[in-house]
Amino acid sequence: MTAPSKGRKLLEVSGLTMDFGGLRAIDSVGLDIFEGEIVALIGPNGAGKTTFFNCVTGIYEPTAGEVMIHPPGEKSRRINGMKPNRITTLGMARTFQNIRLFPAMTVLENVMIGRHCRTGTSILDAILNSRRAVREERETVEKSYRLLKKVGLADVADEFSRNLSYGAQRRLEIARAMATDPFLLLLDEPAAGMNPQETLELDELIVRIRSEDKLAILLIEHDMKLVMSISDRIYVMEYGKEIAQGTPREIKENPRVIEAYLGEEAHA
Amino acid sequence: MAHLKRSFGIGLWFMFLTLPLMVVRVNTLNHEVEWRWSNMIWVGICAFAIAWFWQFSIERRTARRAHVAADAHPEVEKLSLAQRLADDPVLSRRVLIGAAVVAMIFPWLVSTGQNYYHINVMVSALIFVVLGLGLNITVGLAGLLDLGYIAFFAVGAYTYALLSKNFDLGFWTCLPLGGLMGMLFGVVLGFPILRLRGDYLAIVTLGFASITKIVLENWDTVFGGAAGIAGIPRPEFFGMALDGRQKSVYTYYIVLALVALTIVVTTRLKNSRVGRAWMALREDEIACVAMGVDMARTKLSAYALGAFWAGLVGVIFAAHNNFINPDSFTFMDSAMILAMVVLGGMGSILGVIIAGLALKLLPEYLRAFAEYRMLVFGAVMVLMMIFRPQGLINNMRRKYECDTVEGDHDDGAK
Ligand SMILES: Nc1ncnc2c1ncn2[C@@H]1O[C@H](COP(=O)(O)OP(=O)(O)OP(=O)(O)O)[C@@H](O)[C@H]1O
Ligand SMILES: [Mg+2]
Repeated sequence: MTAPSKGRKLLEVSGLTMDFGGLRAIDSVGLDIFEGEIVALIGPNGAGKTTFFNCVTGIYEPTAGEVMIHPPGEKSRRINGMKPNRITTLGMARTFQNIRLFPAMTVLENVMIGRHCRTGTSILDAILNSRRAVREERETVEKSYRLLKKVGLADVADEFSRNLSYGAQRRLEIARAMATDPFLLLLDEPAAGMNPQETLELDELIVRIRSEDKLAILLIEHDMKLVMSISDRIYVMEYGKEIAQGTPREIKENPRVIEAYLGEEAHA
Repeated sequence: MAHLKRSFGIGLWFMFLTLPLMVVRVNTLNHEVEWRWSNMIWVGICAFAIAWFWQFSIERRTARRAHVAADAHPEVEKLSLAQRLADDPVLSRRVLIGAAVVAMIFPWLVSTGQNYYHINVMVSALIFVVLGLGLNITVGLAGLLDLGYIAFFAVGAYTYALLSKNFDLGFWTCLPLGGLMGMLFGVVLGFPILRLRGDYLAIVTLGFASITKIVLENWDTVFGGAAGIAGIPRPEFFGMALDGRQKSVYTYYIVLALVALTIVVTTRLKNSRVGRAWMALREDEIACVAMGVDMARTKLSAYALGAFWAGLVGVIFAAHNNFINPDSFTFMDSAMILAMVVLGGMGSILGVIIAGLALKLLPEYLRAFAEYRMLVFGAVMVLMMIFRPQGLINNMRRKYECDTVEGDHDDGAK
């Protein structure tokens, strides 16, 4: 399973279980991500994919299991039950399925929030407008602007984020997550609500992010064409359980996956 | 036509509603009932006119909205006066200088000789402006509803009163101490309510203010009980004795300086890493923490900094009045400060200043209308909330220059 050709392991989840009262939303799921990989997590609606993200990023504390991260150049850590902001600071950033931007802030400011955990201007610095505050502010603006260019939103930088189109909002979420300098990017249905043209551009963007920024990417997606074309490996969940994993080709031919998706042919 | 019919109905309804109040009067002297039918006609006509005008305005407003929404080019969207002002640094500097000059010479404009009523009114108004700007940090920027803000004001005022009474400390020593005490109480209140939001937060802050007031009222040995503390010294001026008017003018300049300081500090905070984190917290808590912002720290700093200004200006309040008692720190005052923030436009510094001045000065100068002044005041608030629910000034976007960006230089600053 751990083929050495894949490089270093970044995220290692094992036996992850999450109960909501009597409902077991995730049942003993394991998942590994290696450097430079694009991994997809798929499954029918309600399979527990978003819950998996929430457990890994600290929004929920998992009932059982291990979540280990191995940030490049730093020591490994167990991150179960850590606060979300700590986990983001350690280098995992995410987007949300139901877009969660800061609507009354401008597009640029949304991305600038992502820089928060990488800058250290204190209240006193801000009040005195110290040299550090000025320098960090300038760097933040520059870096955020560059990210906006990358996702193609530079020309609407001063617009309120709520005024953007759906597809643009999704790309803005990606830019905001990238501003936190992550080593692993978790995207929850980044193509949802996009038209085919936008999906195509997103496909390119994700591949470009992987190659240019040396990021690993874990994405949840229902658009099978996108998933099959860009992922290196795929994990499949159903009713909280992991039912298959492998390369896109293996997954396509896996009888259990075909069965799970039978009623959902429309998505495929 | 439908409007006319509806308005007519509303007119009739009001005539019926106000019948016992406006029409029937029992004359206890002559033991007879007076029927003042003409009042009823007036009520009917007024209700009809207001209702009609009301519907007319609402219709016009929705029409304009639809027009804006249908507009394909958002750039043509008419920018608000404030936005245009903010976008033009030369103009905004001129306006700022103008306002500063007026503020500086204000005492010499409105008062001569021994008449310094207007200065005192202005001092109270400016005190509330500072309070509004302070609460603007907590409520307007960080989105943490605080219904007990006046408690921090009380903390500052009592800090000065007690320190000067018991330890003979001067105004200038106590000023920062009052601010720090306010800040301390802000953190003390902030800790237990880190996890709360919305309604729960409102109730806890309300409770906090009530507790503060009850403690002040009942612990007479320390706080002087309901009678309060009298004989609080005025701000000292290099040991010189000032007469009545000079004292007021002097206090006026102190508050004015404080207002200026508050404006500078809150503006800088708002446009910094810290202020952006506050706004992000207000917009979406989960997204905010998921982007690496420490929620506990951000919330506490918002409470502490908001409370700091209240404590600071509380010291000035105590010094200006010479006397404080718990009645100066009621829920009504908390509500008034909150109203300034909401009416001014959440997070807008200029808006809060305007709203603060209006809310304090209007009732003062509306005294001519005696019993109707609170009615007018209330009506203005209701109308404001219906026609400008987002506050006086809102939707301001801050633009950042990105000079180092290679290639296409977008000049969206028009
Ligand atoms: N906070 C919660 N409390 C209780 N139940 C929850 C909670 N969050 C998720 N669930 C339940 O967990 C199950 C998995 O939900 P989840 O959102 O993870 O599915 P998903 O795979 O992301 O589906 P979709 O493709 O529709 O996004 C669902 O049955 C859902 O109702
Ligand atoms: Mg989901």
